[in-house]
Amino acid sequence: MTDPVTGFTQPVRLEYDYTPGFGRSRFLRALEQGRIQGERCPVCHKVYVGGGSGACARDGVPCDELVELPDRGVVTTFCVVNLPFAGQTIEIPYVSAAVLLDGADIPLLSLMQEVAADEVRMGMRVEAVWAPEDERKPSMDTIRYFRPTGEPDAPIDDVLRRMRDA
Amino acid sequence: MRDVAVVSFAQSPSVRRNRTQNEVEILMPVVSEAVERSGVPKERIGFTCSGSCDYLAGQPFAFVWGLEAIGAWPPIRESHVEADGAWALYEAWVLLQEGEIDAALVYGFGKSSPGSLRDVLAVQLDPYYYAPLWPDAVSLAALQARACLDAGKFTENDMAEVASRSRRDAMNNSNAQVAKDVPAETLLNEPYLASPLRKDDCAPISDGAAAVVLACDDLAREVSERPAWIRAIDHRVEPHALGVRDLTVSASTRIAAGKTGALNDKLDLVELLAPFSSQELILRDALGLTNGARINPSGGALAANPMMAAGLIRIGEAATRISNGEADRALAHATSGPCLQQNLVAVLEGE
Amino acid sequence: MGKLPTAVVGIGQTKHDDKRTDVSIAGLVREAALRALEDAQMSFADIDAVVVGKAPDMFEGVMMPELYLADALGATGKPLLRVHTAGSVGGSTAIVAAHHVQSGVFERVLTVAFEKQSESNAMWALAPKIPFQPTLVAGAGGYFAPHIREYIRRSGAPDHIGVRVAVKDRLAALKNPYAHLHIPDISEQMVYESPMLWDPIRFLETCPSSDGACAMVLTSEKYARDDSAWIHGTAVRSEPLGMAGRDEVNPRAGVDCAADVYAQAGITEPRAQIDLMEIYVPFSWYEPMWLENLGFAPPGEGWKLTDDGTTALEGSLPVNPSGGVMSSNPIGASGMLRFAEAALQVRGMAGEHQIDGARRALGHAYGGGSQFFAMWIVGSEKP
Repeated sequence: MTDPVTGFTQPVRLEYDYTPGFGRSRFLRALEQGRIQGERCPVCHKVYVGGGSGACARDGVPCDELVELPDRGVVTTFCVVNLPFAGQTIEIPYVSAAVLLDGADIPLLSLMQEVAADEVRMGMRVEAVWAPEDERKPSMDTIRYFRPTGEPDAPIDDVLRRMRDA
Repeated sequence: MRDVAVVSFAQSPSVRRNRTQNEVEILMPVVSEAVERSGVPKERIGFTCSGSCDYLAGQPFAFVWGLEAIGAWPPIRESHVEADGAWALYEAWVLLQEGEIDAALVYGFGKSSPGSLRDVLAVQLDPYYYAPLWPDAVSLAALQARACLDAGKFTENDMAEVASRSRRDAMNNSNAQVAKDVPAETLLNEPYLASPLRKDDCAPISDGAAAVVLACDDLAREVSERPAWIRAIDHRVEPHALGVRDLTVSASTRIAAGKTGALNDKLDLVELLAPFSSQELILRDALGLTNGARINPSGGALAANPMMAAGLIRIGEAATRISNGEADRALAHATSGPCLQQNLVAVLEGE
Repeated sequence: MGKLPTAVVGIGQTKHDDKRTDVSIAGLVREAALRALEDAQMSFADIDAVVVGKAPDMFEGVMMPELYLADALGATGKPLLRVHTAGSVGGSTAIVAAHHVQSGVFERVLTVAFEKQSESNAMWALAPKIPFQPTLVAGAGGYFAPHIREYIRRSGAPDHIGVRVAVKDRLAALKNPYAHLHIPDISEQMVYESPMLWDPIRFLETCPSSDGACAMVLTSEKYARDDSAWIHGTAVRSEPLGMAGRDEVNPRAGVDCAADVYAQAGITEPRAQIDLMEIYVPFSWYEPMWLENLGFAPPGEGWKLTDDGTTALEGSLPVNPSGGVMSSNPIGASGMLRFAEAALQVRGMAGEHQIDGARRALGHAYGGGSQFFAMWIVGSEKP
């Protein structure tokens, strides 16, 4: 009499073709060209960037007005990640920051580098570091990371107040 | 029970593979259209419920994208079922019975094209005894069809007739994906895909979305000349294990139909969610359809099968034909799970 | 017609643990369901409809598992519905079940919420690799930590608040035999010394990943019993994730949801009229944040209620006497556990973690990027 089976491993492999969609594709193609392209909502006039659908989540309408955004902005919040996880490609600890680009109304999630983790601050002014031109692809990591510009911090209360003005 | 009606319906044209748009982009115009055409002001929509499936998309929280498409601000009363939008409609119908809100928005969406649908559906099975064998959805339906043929319930010819009629009717449906006029005899010459099912006995793989606006009592009468009243709606489930139930009959459809009073009804048309021709025959039998009701004038799932929206589309198609006067009394059906495990029946009526 | 009075007549839950290798998925849900039925003095045959809830199916690797579970939950021949609203699902499932009775459509409904996260890989299931994007957000903590940082900045709360909540909830869990985490020597020192995972969240300020299930039997007035809890209000609210202008620290959906449920239950002064609350706190700092969001403290001051012991088991407004999500987190079930624990309290059946004189309690759940909220208020008297 053998031991009862109490568990087994059932491998599941499913392959999916991912479609970024029209809005995200538009954004990614601009990134490939070294440009950050935002989209303005025709109803609330907020500028979205890096989102999934080229639409305004508040009003449920497509954002067709394209807005060129600079690749600099302010850290609105961040955390220091110290936890290894499956699929991780970056060395820990690393800083994952929400960066509000100048002129945008929604922050972009990005990696912070060239700064010690414990020196990152809310309100820190940062700029993008891009992949070299011949390595640029329609992908978020064409912006390798953001680093401090060295400028004085932005007044974070004002920045956040404006950002939270729905 | 409170009178609830379908006052508008919108769907996207079903396509095999939408390479340009993601789920939100497909859904957004459909919801906009349904809400606009309903005549119900956005502020009066008191509840929103949707149906979608993470495994279909290959990503968790697929339903969250739907929320980005509908302008949910200020915050809305909203819920979601991990199932076809037909069940989201059921949830909305239950809530509307309470009498505190007068209108609801229901939508269902999904792209079946990203993954291999047959294999994705294998993950829907008992993970201990079935899924490890990877019985794909077509093979399971074929087992069911084989059981029916062996029991003398219908013939392959009957199945081919269903396939032929569906695709022919689909030629009048601009949202259908597979529409053609091919006689049953020709279809019978095609090779088997999974015996006894041929490719034409199977629904196509579709990307799409659909939305419905429900309204009650006076509001429905205000916004629609001829609301499609949901006279009754019910859904039932059967055991999951295929060996435990008689696959040649759809017991849960029969129960649900009984609960809605549809069994002895004079129906003008019936929209059945039958992704396989054999399943239409099983469902017709379960519903006791003998009085000449038109079956699937839209072409049904064999013409277009955007998973998670296809059931809602049956309700929408039936409702549209009532509202435009083509029919007075219709039955709409949705199914979920392997071999018709779970079934929903709604009876709709015009005044 | 209005909502019909609806009672909670049976409550059951499993022993929550990191790996329930002793039961299959069906076994797990039945453990909770059978306990709820036993409590209700009913059997599966008495149930008219079943409403199941759970979070993403990738947690177990079974798509639409309610289909597989139909047999196990005695749902054959009955309506079976599966709700999925991310982390708030346990709560919204209870609410959908409640509507089944409040609407008069059914009289006796079994509702079950579960997660058997050990079957798959929870961190992967929450955020699998998507093309064109680097995987930056390392698990749920990576998402919420930045918002906690903003709360701390906004409120000026002292650093120890998160630690205090972590200890409070684990101490409470010691009195809850079902809780996953039983850390008998839990102390502030232990929490401080645990690894910092997503600064400012430490390991011991984080919820566990659990297998577990919760079930309740809800009935119409006709089937209620003397020891039933009564539903005084239910509410849900959702807001979009990627909307410009959101306040993720104090989301409007949470504020509106609370206002709705308070109005239904006739609550005008939450602090005075609610005896205790079971709220969804997966990272310790969410206790003060939700206290503010729910109107128990003005903005920026929620942390004071934690600090001065108000929210402890012995305090004047106990928060999470069960040990909360911080002590057990089977994600799909966690929301229902909050609702169920609130009901247990007003029935006087919370055992060792019973709060004396509990008459009205708030159950709360949230999910997604702080965008889905579900709440209910239960009382010992019929409304």
